[in-house]
Amino acid sequence: MSRPWVRELVVSFAAVILALVVGAVLIIVSDADVAATWGYFFSYPPDALQASWTAVSDAYTSLFLGALGGWKPISETLVQATPLICAGLGVSLAFRAGLFNIGAQGQLIAGALCAGWVGFSFELPVVVHLLLALAAGLFGGAVWGGLVGLLKARTGAHEVILTIMLNYVALYLLQWLLTTDVLQRPGRNDPISPVVEQTAQFPNWPGTRLHLGFLVALLAVAAVWWLLARSTTGFQLRAVGANPEAARTAGMSVGRAYTIAMLAAGALAGLAGAQQVLGTDYPLTDGIAGSVGFDSITVALLGRASPIGTVVAGLVFGALNAGGLQMQLQTQTPLTLTTVLQATIVLFIAAPALVRAVFRIRAEGTGTVLAKGWNA
Amino acid sequence: MKLELRGLTKRFGSLVANDHIDLTVESGEIHCLLGENGAGKSTLMNVLYGLLQPDEGSVLLDGEPLTCTSPGAAIAAGIGMVHQHFMLVPVFTVAENVMLGRERTRGLGVLDQRAARTLVRELSERYGLAVDPDARVEDIPVGVQQRVEILKALANEAKVLILDEPTAVLTPQEIDELIEVMRALKRNGTSVIFITHKLKEVRAIADRITVIRRGKVVATVAPDTSESELAELMVGRPVQLQVDKRAGTNLGGAKLAVEGLDVVDPQGFLAVDGVSFEVRGGEILGIAGVQGNGQTELVEALMGLTAAASGSVKLGGRELVGAGPREHLEAGIGYIPEDRSHDGYVGTFSVAENLILDLHSRAPFSRNGTLSPAAIRANAAQRVEEFDVRTQSVETEVSALSGGNQQKVVLARELSRPLELLIAAQPTRGLDVGSIEFVHNRIVRERDQGTAVLIVSTELEEIVALSDRIAVMYRGRIVGIVGPDTSWDQLGCMMAGIPPEEAAQQAEENPTVLGALEDAHE
Repeated sequence: MSRPWVRELVVSFAAVILALVVGAVLIIVSDADVAATWGYFFSYPPDALQASWTAVSDAYTSLFLGALGGWKPISETLVQATPLICAGLGVSLAFRAGLFNIGAQGQLIAGALCAGWVGFSFELPVVVHLLLALAAGLFGGAVWGGLVGLLKARTGAHEVILTIMLNYVALYLLQWLLTTDVLQRPGRNDPISPVVEQTAQFPNWPGTRLHLGFLVALLAVAAVWWLLARSTTGFQLRAVGANPEAARTAGMSVGRAYTIAMLAAGALAGLAGAQQVLGTDYPLTDGIAGSVGFDSITVALLGRASPIGTVVAGLVFGALNAGGLQMQLQTQTPLTLTTVLQATIVLFIAAPALVRAVFRIRAEGTGTVLAKGWNA
Repeated sequence: MKLELRGLTKRFGSLVANDHIDLTVESGEIHCLLGENGAGKSTLMNVLYGLLQPDEGSVLLDGEPLTCTSPGAAIAAGIGMVHQHFMLVPVFTVAENVMLGRERTRGLGVLDQRAARTLVRELSERYGLAVDPDARVEDIPVGVQQRVEILKALANEAKVLILDEPTAVLTPQEIDELIEVMRALKRNGTSVIFITHKLKEVRAIADRITVIRRGKVVATVAPDTSESELAELMVGRPVQLQVDKRAGTNLGGAKLAVEGLDVVDPQGFLAVDGVSFEVRGGEILGIAGVQGNGQTELVEALMGLTAAASGSVKLGGRELVGAGPREHLEAGIGYIPEDRSHDGYVGTFSVAENLILDLHSRAPFSRNGTLSPAAIRANAAQRVEEFDVRTQSVETEVSALSGGNQQKVVLARELSRPLELLIAAQPTRGLDVGSIEFVHNRIVRERDQGTAVLIVSTELEEIVALSDRIAVMYRGRIVGIVGPDTSWDQLGCMMAGIPPEEAAQQAEENPTVLGALEDAHE
């Protein structure tokens, strides 16, 4: 029974539960009314317990209903999950090749920029325009990611530093272009681009914001699964990620593997950027990426760097995002709580020993090693 | 001091590493602990040294119960340990290293270097351990570094000294000196526990031999027990100690020709210095030498893993200098790296995946960039069967296998295609006797098929057993290439850099204990 993936699933699930417990404490502490009842806990305990229970259950109920309580909330969860899945796949793929890709944010911006520009600059027939814009997004992300792989392969520069720095470059490049004729909408003074042509937009499911990009994301999952599990390239990526010396000794090119991994990771993040601009936002702004690029690192960690795991983790985070908005509207619990929940989940994932200790799960093997230290 | 272990048991989960071990080491006795890798010798000594806590049983020192919860407590009780990998600070002098951890100071916290030097001189005189207290550890040979380790233990007034595989890094002559030191310790009443898996040494050194197998004491015997009896006790079945090897009959022309090869290591030193040799088809050339004399760099250069600074490497007339590892593999070189977990396999990959690590892009394992799981599994099933790899299934991660089985996976992969040249570096390091026998036989079989074979080993015994010719390396150069009948002592002298003729003469004049045993054997 205790196969490794079962244990990892149990640990991931336990981490979510623990995070919800921590979140409950925060809800109680942050609500002034509830906190007040704890002031006289020793003279009349039921008040405090009652108030706390109500606050926590109301918040979590609206979180749950906002994420999964009907078709509309579910579609919103899928919308939120779409870019997280794609960018998360990119981070996962890089992990498997032994690279810590912190640059999904920058790659996503580069992808959105290219896709958006193609989307509003040309007038093309229906299917062609969307495909071309999508390809531009993949290309932009691939360049931004591939650059990192190439630099690492050629000069040995550390990918963490490269990707962090390129995140800034991408963001400020976008901000600057939004003030020039290249991207800025004519007649506007604020940094916003024209709206993407109808022909380049992802078709929506009637009555919701859910768009075809979600299916594209699922196709990407299948493609990444095939790449990793069934292709010779994926075999090389995994070998290099697990033991670069043995891979080199077996005649593989470590530099080539790094470059391919980062090209593909960038393209996937670029796809997420294209989905944002062609599927939900339509004009480009400097907030186009939100925090998707950074959240996708978390998604990849929670998904244990596997394609299927990334889908599940992307859906969980999508649900937390969608539900969090409803929770804020209905119970005045701040949206930031969901951010804290997400962060706490990852903290527990990153410290599996802690989760095992809390739930007394037997430790066997070392689990997935997601990234190595600076010198590795 | 008399040391007794009574019913000592140590478990790791369901594994019983030490199962009710009873052992008595008399005062002034050299007691050998003989067992294969993984038999539980190191666990036992770590318990004794306070690094691990026993689950059952007790340790008695001169009849007094002793509980060590840390190495510090063990040292205070008079137990010293010399680890296989030395714990010395290379840039410190001998005296500073001996003083380390028990520094004596004069006023204002100034280190009392003079006291440390005096102590080193005193101890080295008393035990016949010739060491210069002012030499820097990084400048002295490995054998002398080992003496510093022993001095450190003696400075802590050790009455029981544990030596963990102390001969692994020594030449036969250095081993002789170590034997002398151990006898001096014995005369001074120190008890010595000597851990090893080498049969010859124990017979030369020990007063009594305790054999451990799978965590249990199998027998305690006298040193006049024969080697084959000891091997049988150690392994649990009769073992063929001599490799069944007739001289190569299938001798072809020179396949590998190395000419004036220089390799510069990352620190900028000339690690391989003008090395030239030839290996013919159907011949095994053994490269002997103490660890760290350029063998690693030589092999990496021959595989294209390290760039050669100058010189030429030709395989079947084709120049290979400048080509990468992939071209070397494709030229028909099979490679068994010296550190298999580092270079030989991917631990988190399955047995099946590791068996195609350098073949994955060829048919039938993949077509048009797509892997063929069925072909990969079929290949794995066949190799596992042929090489007797003990694994639960071909999907098991290689890191879960024993060292011997991991090596069989590497061997099975490298021998699964037609080879021109087989390079095997330390092919049996860390393996049990049974696996060694298997690996040696496969290597000889590969030779008999007409493949040129190059073996690099720091175990002289292995070199002598397998080689048709022996090249000895010292400081990056080849001291000489000699025949397989060369005496141990001559090889030992050559390993210290002495040219063949002079070495032969010196060996004749100063025969060593081990050499005498070995040559008598043949």
